[in-house]
Amino acid sequence: MNNQFIAIVAAAAAAGSFAVTTAASAREIKIVGSSTVFPYTQAVAEEFARAGGKAPTVESTGTGGGMKIFCSGIGEAHPDITGASRAMKPSEKKLCDKNGVTDVTEVLLGYDGLSVANSRKGKKFSVTKPQMYQALAAKVPVDGKLVDNPYKKWSDIDKSLPDQVITAYGPPPTSGTRDAFVELVFHHVCKRGKLPFWADAAKKAGDKNAFKKMFKADCTAMRTDGPFIEAGENDNLIVQRLNADPKAVGIFGYSFLFENQDKLQALQIGGVEPSMETIASGKYGISRPLFIYIKNAHRKVIDGMPAFIEEYVSDTAMGDAGYLSERGLVVLPAEDLKAVQEAALKAKRLVTN
Amino acid sequence: MTDISQTQPTATHDWTSATARRRVRRRYAADRRLQLYGIAAIGTAVALLGVMFTTLIYAGYAAFTTTKVELGVFLDPEKIDKDNIRSANFRKIVRDAFLSHFPDVQGRTDKRNLSKILSSGAVYIVRDYVVRNPDKIGELVTISVPVSDPFDQLYKRIIPREIQALSSDRILLYRQLEHRDVLSVQRGVGVVKTTLFVDPAQVPKEGGVEAADYQRMINEAFRSFFLSEPSLSYREILSPSAAEALKNKVVANPELVGKTIEVNLPLSANYDNLLQKGEAKIRNPRFRSDKEFAWFDSLIQRGLISTPFTWELFFNADSRFPELAGLAGALSGSFLALLVCFLLSFPIGIATATYLEEFAPKNRITDFIEVNINNLAAVPSVVFGLLGLALFLNTFGMPRSAPLVGGMVLALMTLPTIIVATRAALKSVPPSIREAALGVGASKHQVMLHHVLPLAMPGILTGTIIGLAQALGETAPLLLIGMNAFIPSVENIGLTQPAMALPTQIFSWADSPERGFVSRTSAAIIVLLGFLVLMNLLAVYLRRRFEKKW
Repeated sequence: MNNQFIAIVAAAAAAGSFAVTTAASAREIKIVGSSTVFPYTQAVAEEFARAGGKAPTVESTGTGGGMKIFCSGIGEAHPDITGASRAMKPSEKKLCDKNGVTDVTEVLLGYDGLSVANSRKGKKFSVTKPQMYQALAAKVPVDGKLVDNPYKKWSDIDKSLPDQVITAYGPPPTSGTRDAFVELVFHHVCKRGKLPFWADAAKKAGDKNAFKKMFKADCTAMRTDGPFIEAGENDNLIVQRLNADPKAVGIFGYSFLFENQDKLQALQIGGVEPSMETIASGKYGISRPLFIYIKNAHRKVIDGMPAFIEEYVSDTAMGDAGYLSERGLVVLPAEDLKAVQEAALKAKRLVTN
Repeated sequence: MTDISQTQPTATHDWTSATARRRVRRRYAADRRLQLYGIAAIGTAVALLGVMFTTLIYAGYAAFTTTKVELGVFLDPEKIDKDNIRSANFRKIVRDAFLSHFPDVQGRTDKRNLSKILSSGAVYIVRDYVVRNPDKIGELVTISVPVSDPFDQLYKRIIPREIQALSSDRILLYRQLEHRDVLSVQRGVGVVKTTLFVDPAQVPKEGGVEAADYQRMINEAFRSFFLSEPSLSYREILSPSAAEALKNKVVANPELVGKTIEVNLPLSANYDNLLQKGEAKIRNPRFRSDKEFAWFDSLIQRGLISTPFTWELFFNADSRFPELAGLAGALSGSFLALLVCFLLSFPIGIATATYLEEFAPKNRITDFIEVNINNLAAVPSVVFGLLGLALFLNTFGMPRSAPLVGGMVLALMTLPTIIVATRAALKSVPPSIREAALGVGASKHQVMLHHVLPLAMPGILTGTIIGLAQALGETAPLLLIGMNAFIPSVENIGLTQPAMALPTQIFSWADSPERGFVSRTSAAIIVLLGFLVLMNLLAVYLRRRFEKKW
């Protein structure tokens, strides 16, 4: 421990910081985006690396976060692909265009089901979307007026539902799962006028845009008076809580229900039990499309990118018995898959209006 | 006490009086209480720690063994090209080898389900084996490969084969029936004695009793049975053949129409089991058929299943399959990040502390710096992560997910700890050492480098190691700079190559749906805690070994 030692440490530190400037130029494929798409991209990345490709980096940033990074520009510092549990918004496309990311290909991967489930120790029951909306929305129509949600028990909504206090664990607002739930349940109920109040409102509003504005404002918020509990992004945590509280229900991705079927039972939505078959056929009402977006300008620059995309849309991955379906993705029908494959491989340009 | 009695020899205070003795007793009691509070506090802390470790080990021990199957594979030279081994269709070779253990299994679906017992990583394990041992081509070799996660969990009894078929409220319905004493077993079939009105309104004019709606009659009867369950359908409880049984009875005796009769209706399979066997169980729905259990059991019976120690946990890269996922990427990422962190924070920290402690004049500026360093030590780590994201990634354009950037962010976090520890260590070196060195003519830098710093080094190192141990467990700043990326290979390890770190790996596994990741997560936490304990022991050792007493 003398001056020599300190000199060595200082030299090593300097050497360490030098490594930055000598970073390799041909980097691996970088993928960001939705945590729902993450397991599927993960599967493809692993398969791709196993087959001898340079292992891609897959990061789960959430759909919105992924879009922001993806659209931040072209060049090595920016990711090549982003996953999304909803289609790209016009505002995001604008951001992309502004930063020079004009040539983007959209690839529809398939569908993902959202499940509402409770512990097997609890009561199994069936709800409809309007009942779900009445149980969990911040404002619901009562006697022709939109009021703060008064329902405390499921049986307050409908006599056929169990005499049980409403307790639902679900994802926080930052989550794509939450967005999907609001859109597929709340907006579905309001937009389609599944409750008399909303049917009347649609007629009264007349103009489509005015109505859209109205239900976006009044039919989006989850209730915050207790029955709905935000349980964080970690779905395993929700599974554990459901086990501890048989009277509570949880909202999470279908893959978590699939893996925990010995502990959990699904609530039927409108009498339909979630399963690979019912989600694929669209019979089960709460499922959503999943996408990846590819930056075409990077295709020729980043090593292995065309091969990776080929692997992603191949029949072994996205096909009927492909490995993505084993992970819980509900795959596309054969003819749709053909079109998607062609679009992905030929770098079809995404045009939004 | 003695002082008082000495200065006041004529004691006015009677030490033996009842009040005095009571007061003394109370003081002793207060002493004992204080001790008890302390012991209780320590006890609570130890108990909580114990609970944490027990749950961790209980949840994580399973991940330290992997369920493997001995797979006999014939490495057919016709299928594997010696010069281009990787191009061979190992998927088919492994599948055929595994299916050959079950010559009776026919049919595409069965074969497909059967081959799902094997981990999908088996293909690559066999391929890598052949790549390593090309001379084995043409031989029949036995390779131990993991089974897929559900079967691994099944063998370790983490997930059950059978679960309760009926949820608790349905069992409650059964108890109600039991309570009414209407259940019995007749000719081996569980039946429920139902009082039922054969409603003439349900008997159509055309078709007569043959075409009557018996289902509705049964439903009506059950509705009055279970008034609290208005939505209950009798199909929950009765066998689908119940309506048929009623129909047969009425068709045989058409005069029953319009009367209230008692009829024995057969129970559904689950309720029948509950009545006759005391419990109703069904196959765990995670598995597709009972055949899968039979196949797996036959592997167990043949002694092909074993559970060796999971070395893969330390040597495999991350994977989406829990039975293949390992910590190699996270360990190397954490090591590199800590190395960078050490190389940056150690020299800078010592230089800062030495200057502030030994050379800097005491004025407002140095006071200001000192206050700021102490404050920095208390800044939440996520703030450093945000700084790293804004400065290193966005402004300097450094690579995302790289251990270099992770190490730099962690260094920011560790610096204050090292500075504070170094200053304390320098302060503890007695002034006599400095004065003696100066007295024999050493210059200021000689005093520092030759005498003071070496003597302070044990304290400095202890502080540094504790700072690094903190950095090792830090998650939030690494998440922000993308060190939670999934990287399925450990071939490219480097400061600027993307990597994971131990805590972010734990974070990512904890959020995976597969059941095997539950124990994998706990196992990774145990590994992380193991490293923390090792580092702290090293700090203790260094302190004991090099500490000088004056």
